[in-house]
Amino acid sequence: MKVYADHAATTPCDKRVVEEMLPFFTDVYGNANSQHFYGRDTAKAVAEARATIATLIGCKSNELYFTGSGTEADNWALKGVALHKRDKGNHIIISAIEHHAILVAAEWLENNGFRVTRLPVDSTGLVHVEDLEKAIDDKTTIVSVMYANNEVGTIQPIRELADVAHKHGALFHSDCVQAMPYLDVNVGDLGVDLLSMSGHKFYGPKGVGALYIRNGVKLDKLICGGGQERAQRGGTTNTPAVVGMARALQISRQEMAVNNAHIVALRDHFEERVEKEIPYIRQNGNKQHRVPSISNYSFEFVEGEGILMLLDFNGIAVSSGSACSSGSLDPSHVLLAMGVPIEVSHGSIRFSFGKDNTMEEVDYIVDKLKETISKLREMSPLFDLKKGGTYNV
Amino acid sequence: MYNQKVLDAFAHPQNVGEIENPDGEGTVGNATCGDIMRITLRIVDDRIVDAKFQTFGCAAAIATSSTATQMVIGMTVDEALQLTNARVVEELEGLPPQKIHCSVLAEEAIKKAIEDYRAKKENKTVDKSHIDYV
Repeated sequence: MKVYADHAATTPCDKRVVEEMLPFFTDVYGNANSQHFYGRDTAKAVAEARATIATLIGCKSNELYFTGSGTEADNWALKGVALHKRDKGNHIIISAIEHHAILVAAEWLENNGFRVTRLPVDSTGLVHVEDLEKAIDDKTTIVSVMYANNEVGTIQPIRELADVAHKHGALFHSDCVQAMPYLDVNVGDLGVDLLSMSGHKFYGPKGVGALYIRNGVKLDKLICGGGQERAQRGGTTNTPAVVGMARALQISRQEMAVNNAHIVALRDHFEERVEKEIPYIRQNGNKQHRVPSISNYSFEFVEGEGILMLLDFNGIAVSSGSACSSGSLDPSHVLLAMGVPIEVSHGSIRFSFGKDNTMEEVDYIVDKLKETISKLREMSPLFDLKKGGTYNV
Repeated sequence: MYNQKVLDAFAHPQNVGEIENPDGEGTVGNATCGDIMRITLRIVDDRIVDAKFQTFGCAAAIATSSTATQMVIGMTVDEALQLTNARVVEELEGLPPQKIHCSVLAEEAIKKAIEDYRAKKENKTVDKSHIDYV
């Protein structure tokens, strides 16, 4: 059996999306910026795609800019605003658990003379509004907090955080990449000035994202080139991809209620069994405020890479927040910010379910997971000590 | 990332466990770094007749533990002291560069176990302060 339980990493492209995209590779292939009829046909499709997404997230078409990825959208929002407003102030605020797209962009700004505050999170991965109140000052130009976290799934109080930013004259950006497939993301409800998304997280194509920029918000451009995207982002529009992303979001919204209910049922069954059948575990995240898809557990006394590989041998694809598999020695910054002890964080696995997973697959994962954990624990000197009762983790 | 030999050693590790009342034992590493290795040895007339390991760590750490124990069984303690992590990596036909540090633990654990054996033989008190379970 082959089971894909890594939907937070990426999702398969929906066949209906692929069908929608296909003509734009071979038939309607004009450059959307060309003056002739080939270009006009493509431009029309791009405009429709833009209008579709804009309507779904509650903004105007001219507030939505296509990018090459969610990462590019995040970089553009953070660097673009910080650089544009550096005369007003050099302070930016992010949360400690942002995706690397924001985290590393903020580091880049820090290395270029900006002051960066990283808001702490509580043990469930939640940012607290009071911490933003404390950190913000009149030099703060932008605050960026993700809507849903990619490792543990915690949903942040974006509206409240955005209100605080605005009260202090700062702009607010939210990375909505992980939230998009599961929440009815709407820029008006969230009160954000900028918002990032990525096509491949909601069963759309890879290599395409978008940044919402509220009308009136000014930021520097990162990709200089032709006059594409209202001269704000150079590069020939990836027509098949933007058409596919629009169709994917449309389907996602139409089927969201059904998919969410299905995924919640799978996840609850998974968690019930894991918590009943595997001892010495710790769940990472927030039981109330989280997207339905993500279940993150630390398995004590064992290391994540081993778990990941043994599951992989059994045809199960999951993800590990552990240092060893990513090649760096640092454990997950998200789990560390949540206060998970380092030695426990080493044994953390993220299971992320999707609309096509079945109950049978979930049972298969738990069965193999149990075997895997016992096999690795039999090898672990830490577990041996635990059994002997000579020390406590 | 790993070659087939490493994958096999990780999937089917040999000599897992511990020897009761071992003639020598060595534990190295710490949980914070994500690697702990414990090796126990049965030594008869200065020759290693059995070796077992317990490892908390990644696939490379488990594969090198298994391979290192297989390599030292049959060696004299002097020969085993000459075993380097490079030899263990060679036996596994290579590890990814960022995983080489994992193989050092096996070499160190074996050395500690032999030191322990020699100390016991000379009836000295054994320093276990290197066991850092955090």
